[in-house]
Amino acid sequence: MIKTPRFLKRGDLMAMVALAVLLVVILPMTLDVFRLNLVAKYLTYAFVAIGLVLCWGMGGILSLGQGVFFGLGGYCMAMFLKLEASSVANTKIQSTPGIPDFMDWNQITQLPLFWQPFHSLTFALIAVVVVPTAFALLVGTAMFKRRVGGVYFAIITQALAAILTILIVGQQGYTGGINGITDLRTLKGWDIRSDHAKLILYFVEVACLFACIVVAILIRNSKLGRILVAMREKEDRVRFSGYNVANFKIFAFCAAAAFASIGGALFTLEVGFMSPSFVGIVPSIEMVIYTAVGGRLSIFGAVYGTLLVNFAKTSLSESFPQLWLFGLGALFIAVVLAFPNGLAGIWRDYVQVHLVRLIFRRRPPPGAVPGWTDDSVADAAAAE
Amino acid sequence: MAIGFKQREFLLAVEGLTVSFDGFKAVNDLSFYVDENEIRVIIGPNGAGKTTVLDLICGKTEATSGSIQFRGKELTKMNENEIVLAGVGRKFQTPSIYDDLTVFENLEISYPRGRTVWGALAFKRDAAVRERVEAVAEMIFLKDRLDTSAELLSHGQKQWLEIGMLLIQDPDLLMLDEPVAGMSVSERVKTAELLHRIIKDRSVLVIEHDMKFVEDIAHKVTVLHQGQILSEGSMEKVKSDPKVIEVYLGH
Repeated sequence: MIKTPRFLKRGDLMAMVALAVLLVVILPMTLDVFRLNLVAKYLTYAFVAIGLVLCWGMGGILSLGQGVFFGLGGYCMAMFLKLEASSVANTKIQSTPGIPDFMDWNQITQLPLFWQPFHSLTFALIAVVVVPTAFALLVGTAMFKRRVGGVYFAIITQALAAILTILIVGQQGYTGGINGITDLRTLKGWDIRSDHAKLILYFVEVACLFACIVVAILIRNSKLGRILVAMREKEDRVRFSGYNVANFKIFAFCAAAAFASIGGALFTLEVGFMSPSFVGIVPSIEMVIYTAVGGRLSIFGAVYGTLLVNFAKTSLSESFPQLWLFGLGALFIAVVLAFPNGLAGIWRDYVQVHLVRLIFRRRPPPGAVPGWTDDSVADAAAAE
Repeated sequence: MAIGFKQREFLLAVEGLTVSFDGFKAVNDLSFYVDENEIRVIIGPNGAGKTTVLDLICGKTEATSGSIQFRGKELTKMNENEIVLAGVGRKFQTPSIYDDLTVFENLEISYPRGRTVWGALAFKRDAAVRERVEAVAEMIFLKDRLDTSAELLSHGQKQWLEIGMLLIQDPDLLMLDEPVAGMSVSERVKTAELLHRIIKDRSVLVIEHDMKFVEDIAHKVTVLHQGQILSEGSMEKVKSDPKVIEVYLGH
């Protein structure tokens, strides 16, 4: 009578196969390398969106500063790549050869101490995840232990995004300033700028994305996932059921930060540079919009939402550059007002119902529909 | 009856408890004691500080001064979740359940295992959990609604669900804030029956306005008025107390 949550539910598996067919077969076969690289860039935001599903959709913790973690992950990766690109041979025209070019322009004559360990790829890869997650742990502990939540938390994360941007821009000699860290060339001697490399990086990224999706599904299907939903509903009830609510919030926030950081590092690899324009307030809010459009309760919805909004952004801003921001704002308002569960909600309420009827030739008993996009408890209940 | 002179141990000892909100003393130098397996009912007019007393015991509100000893542990210095682990369970006045989860999941979250982050990640829904949840669901008349989303329950059923969530915790001290408020007559009867069953083997602190219900279950009644004890004792004694009649029962 009571269904035990299995490792992966049937609906999740079907959704995973559908996404895999799209990302691994259809898109690489139909798009040229330039367009595929655009998709790769969009997908890096999907990592952030998945994190936001856990943190915001399920846990109710709205972070408007995910760009911070995306950026920190991206910068950790960029620092390694920049050091590799700044070999003594490559930089012999500088007054101090062997350091990144922007340092040389800013009259810095020695590699700063915090840059030193980024000569090691292993260190850089660990730092990509550990630095942003540790920062999230610090911020989360400071906020949630003091019971700062809701709008106040959102505003503080927003401020963090602004602060980090200003810090990066201001400390030009150490960070590359407003231009960011550019002119990245090779990864352990492998040229990341070639078409072939971009294709391989795309598939590496898709593999990472699926790994993150599986982790997110496992978290959602565990009791911890249900506690996150419970916390969003009645925080006090959870607290007075013997849980330390702050710790669960910190976990959700850190998990979202870790996902975002992986996306950031992949962004650096795919696009070939990292700059403060991916850290600040605007990109952070855009990331929340991707999640909202996809459906903030649906892990797969977040991926599709990210892809669709970015496609729209690229095609619209190519033809009507001034209109795009208004379009994005209107989209967000429309989603919030009319479709609070986003694309995933529309899919479940309008498309899936007809599909199931078509396939099974009968009306399925309520509750027996295999969840296609998402059959999280929260989602099912929200449909009522 | 008593052998030797062992000092009597109370389950809960509230002494000199005071809380002031911007100078207004919602609870003023309050002291009372609850025995093991005692059913204590707190009554009093609106604004007497009844709910505040429960808030203070479960840690929701911080006391300005005074002490709350539970089995020798000082609760005023503990976090809410530590107080729960010590054995104090609290039901809120309005049903406080998780609308977006099923009845089963609501009950499961209160199951006293896997309460840390890593514990919750590793938590397995095994036979012990399932049996306990089903047993409690039967007690609270919701056995056939386990897979229902909690938001679809009636008001009375929601109240029962929250009582069930507390039962799964198996607290030594159960605090109920107006458990029959807003219930239909038949639901009230069923709730009284439910409470009679669950108050065995534990102490219960109840806030209630329904005097018939109070008379039915109370061992001892404490009457609060303006944050202080007006009268305390058996229902008969309290009912005939002229002070109580004047401020509360007379209306």
